Amino acid sequence: MSAQNLVASKLDPDLAVVDEICAAGEPWVKLVKKGQVFRIVDLEGNQAVDALFFNAAHALERYSATDTIRRQNRLYLTTGSQLCSNFGNGMLTIIADTCGRHDTLGGACAAESNTVRYALDKYPMHSCRDSFLHALAHEPLCEQLSMSKRDLPSNINFFMNVPVTEDGGLKFVDGVSAPGKYVEMRAEMDVVVLISNCPQLNNPCNAYNPTPIRLLVWHPTNAC
Amino acid sequence: MDRENTCIWEEHIPGGCHWSGIVRRGTTLRLRDVEGGANAAVLFFNQEEKLERYNMADTLKSQHTFRLTRGHACYSDMGRIFCCITADTAGWHDSVCGVSDAGLIRQKYGVARYQEHRNQMYRSGLDGMLIELGKWGLGMRDVVSNINFFSKVTAESSGELVFHAGNSKAGDYVDLSFEMDTLMVLSAAPHPLDPADRYRPGAVSLAAFATQLGAAEECARIAENMRGLHNTRRLYACGGGAV
Repeated sequence: MSAQNLVASKLDPDLAVVDEICAAGEPWVKLVKKGQVFRIVDLEGNQAVDALFFNAAHALERYSATDTIRRQNRLYLTTGSQLCSNFGNGMLTIIADTCGRHDTLGGACAAESNTVRYALDKYPMHSCRDSFLHALAHEPLCEQLSMSKRDLPSNINFFMNVPVTEDGGLKFVDGVSAPGKYVEMRAEMDVVVLISNCPQLNNPCNAYNPTPIRLLVWHPTNAC
Repeated sequence: MDRENTCIWEEHIPGGCHWSGIVRRGTTLRLRDVEGGANAAVLFFNQEEKLERYNMADTLKSQHTFRLTRGHACYSDMGRIFCCITADTAGWHDSVCGVSDAGLIRQKYGVARYQEHRNQMYRSGLDGMLIELGKWGLGMRDVVSNINFFSKVTAESSGELVFHAGNSKAGDYVDLSFEMDTLMVLSAAPHPLDPADRYRPGAVSLAAFATQLGAAEECARIAENMRGLHNTRRLYACGGGAV
């Protein structure tokens, strides 16, 4: 696998069974069944999409950044990457990616970490963890799985570029994404997708301008 | 840390074994790699509210670092600092590779059961962690990205990871000066990327001391950590009074 594995998809958006827009600062929750294909489109470019995945039968099994990293011996996500669970199972496989690099080290922004990272008075600003917690409180899919803050581990930041330097530094640099770029993955099990379309206004990654994303799902038959 | 400082308690954790306990704020814990090549997989929880736990992402991004060493702080998900790394002779500690599990240990090293091998049996990092977490009413839901003290993993520009055997020598140590009353869970099984073909996890020893005045200043050179310390001291400002 090369560093950035750019692969375009042949799927037709007109055949998608889900085709929705998620505004910046909103959460989005959906059940994606085994075999279905799920696409996230960065409509305006350099938007960070914070994403978690849960086994739809029991939320104890969930996306694990460390399992994903260590089982593939690789930090960044692109076409061919398997998104692994804390039980070591493949949850989804990235099958197309026109962006080329996605992060799983940076985690989600939160009111509390914003006070550390930016300034003490940033506490009231909207954050990804607020969106996650809002979804846990309102979404029937999350309620059925009895999910709480305890079930929120390190997430994926689709379209975010967080390179690690050889001497152990970590940089948040301008995204490698652009308007219309997308990442597409096939579900290897029934998963609940939990997304926060990041509202961060303090990070240059999104040019201080959070923007909407488009989310599509195809049935396996339409995805062949 | 001043060598004349009196040790409050000590603990020896043989390679592969696990430990958990409460470490009070104001305590400095010295983790020592006894024989060289040890790996100490560690998680931290707020002893008063265990939903508050070590957060790898916040720790790394707040300090713009991939490696942990002296001068860095270990953050919770609530913008607070469990502990500051106030001394370090190994120079690099990993926080992104997670723990070994039973499947990995079996695949890499084979099987060594208690029946035949007694306490030399092969244990995995995850199983040790789950046993310790279970003692405090915690479990798999509470296993998040941990720190692997003494293990060095670097990343190529492509993102490929390289494990550096021999990063930590016999006697190397790291000092953690605690700013919060912390439940610490430790599992001394091999690092998941350790290429060694024999199961020979190194022992880790713990020694607790009273923290020397001003020890946290080591971390305060990073502006973010000043705010992290501010958030942390607020938690104890009423009852303890110490700020």
